[in-house]
Amino acid sequence: MPERDEPAYDPLQPGEGEAIAPTGQGGPMDLALDEAESLEKVLGDEPTGPAEKARSLWSDAWHQLRRNPVFIVSSLLILFLVLIAIWPQLIASGDPLHCDLSKSQQGSAPGHPFGYDTQGCDVYTRTVYGARASITVGVCATLGAALLGSALGGLAGFFGHWGDALLSRIADIFFGIPVVLGGLVFLSVVTSTTVWPVVGFIVLLGWPQLARIARGSVITAKQNDYVQAARALGAGNTRLLLRHVAPNAVAPVIVVATIALGTYIALEATLSFLGVGLRPPTVSWGIDISNAASQIRNAPHMLLYPAGALSLTVLAFIMLGDAVRDALDPKLR
Amino acid sequence: MLLEVRDLHVEFTTRDGVAKAVNGVDYSVDAGETLAVLGESGSGKSVTAQAVMGILDMPPGRIAGGEILFKGKDLLTMREEERRRIRGAEMAMIFQDALSSLNPVLSVGAQLGEMYEVHRGLSRKVARAKAVELMDRVKIPAARQRVGDYPHQFSGGMRQRIMIAMALALEPSLIIADEPTTALDVTVQAQVMDLLAELQRELNMGLILITHDLGVVADVADKIAVMYAGRIVESAPVHEIYAAPAHPYTRGLLDSIPRLDQKGQELYAIKGLPPNLLHIPPGCAFNPRCPMAQPVCRTDVPPLYEVTESPVPRTTACHFWKECLHA
Amino acid sequence: MPEPILEVKELVKHYPLTQGILFKRQIGAVRAVDGVSFGLHQGETLGIVGESGCGKSTVAKMLVNLERPTSGTISYKGEDITRLPARALKAVRRNIQMVFQDPYTSLNPRMTVGDIIGEPYEIHPEVAPKGDRRRKVQELLDVVGLNPEYINRYPHQFSGGQRQRIGIARGLALRPEVIVADEPVSALDVSVQAQVVNLLERLQDEFSLSYVFIAHDLSIVRHISDRVGVMYLGRIVETGTDTEIYEHPTHPYTQALLSAVPVPDPRARAIRERIILSGDVPSPANPPSGCRFRTRCWKAQERCAVEVPPLAVPQWFPSGPRAHPSACHFAAEKRVVPVTAPPPSPPPAAPPPAAPPTGLPGEERPPGDR
Repeated sequence: MPERDEPAYDPLQPGEGEAIAPTGQGGPMDLALDEAESLEKVLGDEPTGPAEKARSLWSDAWHQLRRNPVFIVSSLLILFLVLIAIWPQLIASGDPLHCDLSKSQQGSAPGHPFGYDTQGCDVYTRTVYGARASITVGVCATLGAALLGSALGGLAGFFGHWGDALLSRIADIFFGIPVVLGGLVFLSVVTSTTVWPVVGFIVLLGWPQLARIARGSVITAKQNDYVQAARALGAGNTRLLLRHVAPNAVAPVIVVATIALGTYIALEATLSFLGVGLRPPTVSWGIDISNAASQIRNAPHMLLYPAGALSLTVLAFIMLGDAVRDALDPKLR
Repeated sequence: MLLEVRDLHVEFTTRDGVAKAVNGVDYSVDAGETLAVLGESGSGKSVTAQAVMGILDMPPGRIAGGEILFKGKDLLTMREEERRRIRGAEMAMIFQDALSSLNPVLSVGAQLGEMYEVHRGLSRKVARAKAVELMDRVKIPAARQRVGDYPHQFSGGMRQRIMIAMALALEPSLIIADEPTTALDVTVQAQVMDLLAELQRELNMGLILITHDLGVVADVADKIAVMYAGRIVESAPVHEIYAAPAHPYTRGLLDSIPRLDQKGQELYAIKGLPPNLLHIPPGCAFNPRCPMAQPVCRTDVPPLYEVTESPVPRTTACHFWKECLHA
Repeated sequence: MPEPILEVKELVKHYPLTQGILFKRQIGAVRAVDGVSFGLHQGETLGIVGESGCGKSTVAKMLVNLERPTSGTISYKGEDITRLPARALKAVRRNIQMVFQDPYTSLNPRMTVGDIIGEPYEIHPEVAPKGDRRRKVQELLDVVGLNPEYINRYPHQFSGGQRQRIGIARGLALRPEVIVADEPVSALDVSVQAQVVNLLERLQDEFSLSYVFIAHDLSIVRHISDRVGVMYLGRIVETGTDTEIYEHPTHPYTQALLSAVPVPDPRARAIRERIILSGDVPSPANPPSGCRFRTRCWKAQERCAVEVPPLAVPQWFPSGPRAHPSACHFAAEKRVVPVTAPPPSPPPAAPPPAAPPTGLPGEERPPGDR
């Protein structure tokens, strides 16, 4: 009979059978279990019982995230923003395009807490409805850039050789395009009033950053011995890439993408401010900020609310990215 | 006595609780003497050394008790400024990984010379000449030509020599070497250990050698302290401990290593794993892995029993040391 | 003697050194492995020792087809496996498996233990039908001394020694005939090393495995090996049975290597002679001409710089334990391992007649040496 090893972090304390409640802490879930087992082992018995408790790195990260106040605050905020982006009627009963010129630039009034803009539109309603454009652009652009970037970067990193060299040079070219100048040039020829040209432009400029991250993290992951081990077993490239490399390379991409989401929202506002992003009648914080900027002395409230909403949204995503990085970064483990 | 550590306790605060890394360590080393601190990873051997050097990360580390007497003065109650003067000048440390312990953007000459500039106030030129002298002393060939080279331009063995040169620069009376040769190949390890022993003799320094290698210990140590779960479980002159260990852990270690000089049968394997420092077993920390464990071992922490008194006292922390000694 | 199960002939691996970003041109080569030959018999353990950079790990990678040799052949049961088409290679891979050095990087942290040990069956579905796999994995866990209930746990929940057992279980899954173990215990704590070494020995008996055991620790290699090859700068410099190598080394590098190993017995201090080599191992990108060890050898003469010593039994040793292949023009026996057998266990092998009973005998000179 082979001698058995004991679990990695056995407390080896006879716990008198008292159960430690698994209170959402990183470790104790398993500790309670191991304690019962190890007691048996100390007494020389075979371990029995249902020793089935899996704890993957993802669930570990989730445990840690749940206890991080930054994560809780930012994710609640984002949840709220997403909800009002989908159903702005939930908290705003008015019509953002219904304006009354007679109320131009008036301050807050009952039922209109944020006052009116130059056109006499309700600032509160417009601020609420503005979330939709920002969140749509942010989420779609991030998804697009992340998918395109990690696919290209991941393949380049995994296979290397000339494909890698080619991709890296192309990415360098895109890195060289100044964002605002590029926006002014490319988007000024577009006449569509939908969000898609802006999304497309941001994806075009954003993918190289994510490709670079994905490439680097794939190169790191593929050097691990477990990839060699699978190769020695006869695993093909598809299996190596999908089962061994990608799951271990995806964390940095997620972190950077989350932070990028915030900056993409800010970029959309910048482009809209410059008049080349979203166009009326789309309601957007960028457009409203642009309209308000010239009236900042007369009616500062017009600027304050959309700009505040924008800052808060960007901040929420960047905070989320920070929290996710803390949870996924193996160096802090 | 050059250095005396008395009842040292060190704790670390972690996400999952307080880890008791060092639980009452006593050891001492005299001028010209070599003390080997032997232990596996997590035994507390390096943490003790860091506490002595005053380079422990605090927090999360915390010295929970004890005293560290260096030439009769307690380092733990000393003012930081005074301690800083001692560090480097009176006691120095050699680390395992020379590459990461040397600054990659400074030439080795500049790093060696810095010791003299900072502590002795020498001019850059004189310091540079001193650096060449030091490199000669640790037998780096063509020292004059290589003094301007950067750490990555040296081989692992040569880098470790530079580390030794740095430690020796101010002729300290105590050197702490933390696994100084673990990263090196055997032939290079022999060179480096040889050099270290020679310099120690020459300068009459005290040497604390921290290692997990029973072979290295047997080669150079005068006395040895075996650590397990943050405690010294056995301490003795080196010849006595190899001839007849008085603690089952020491015995197990000695029996579990394959020998160069004989083919041997199946190796003795200590069962189980080293304990988690968050949950050190009650009683004797070694009891779950001990072949001699009795009920008393699970309840009572063994005190330090005196095995022999003179000339160097020999102690062991086992209730059944007599049985172990004569097994 | 029957035909070896694995035979390596004149194995060479050169890594090109290139310059330039887009248009790379070769400016040299790192000669990691430069003409290595050996055979491995059924049920045997061949130990390969050497210092870092000697090419032993590259040999291991070529044996399991992770690296393609620059030239030379690796024959498994008489068939050269270095130039096989993909399908045939996959079949051969089932029979030669590897155990890796670092138990922390050799297991995929995102996979459960069951997935890791079961992966060989997914890659080679013909070995085990789907419904059978879970049972097989649990059997393997049991074989390597782990609780079969741990099947759903993740690697980071285990200690180093336990992870190495998981790596061994994965290597065993396809019931290979040959296992290549590259430094399988060097990352483990002393007290855990013995557990894993014993496990490897038990498995060898149980499954009649043949091992290529690669390590830098000469004591462990002696313990586990039937035959030993000593490598230096991409070549095997001496090979023989464990007694021949450890008690009757004839190559100066082997002697220096053995004399440098610290022996865990303070009594050895007094009676040991240490050969402290000067200098460092030369770069494999620019190895010395002739005998590669000559730059650090105390016996080197002009001949060593011009003539490559062949790995062959020196003709001045017609028989006896000294008569084993040694790549030195001036091969001479020199005992460097002190005999300090501890009292409890009697010495396993009778000392050879030529050798003095203890301590260090003088050096015997070959007839060709002045």
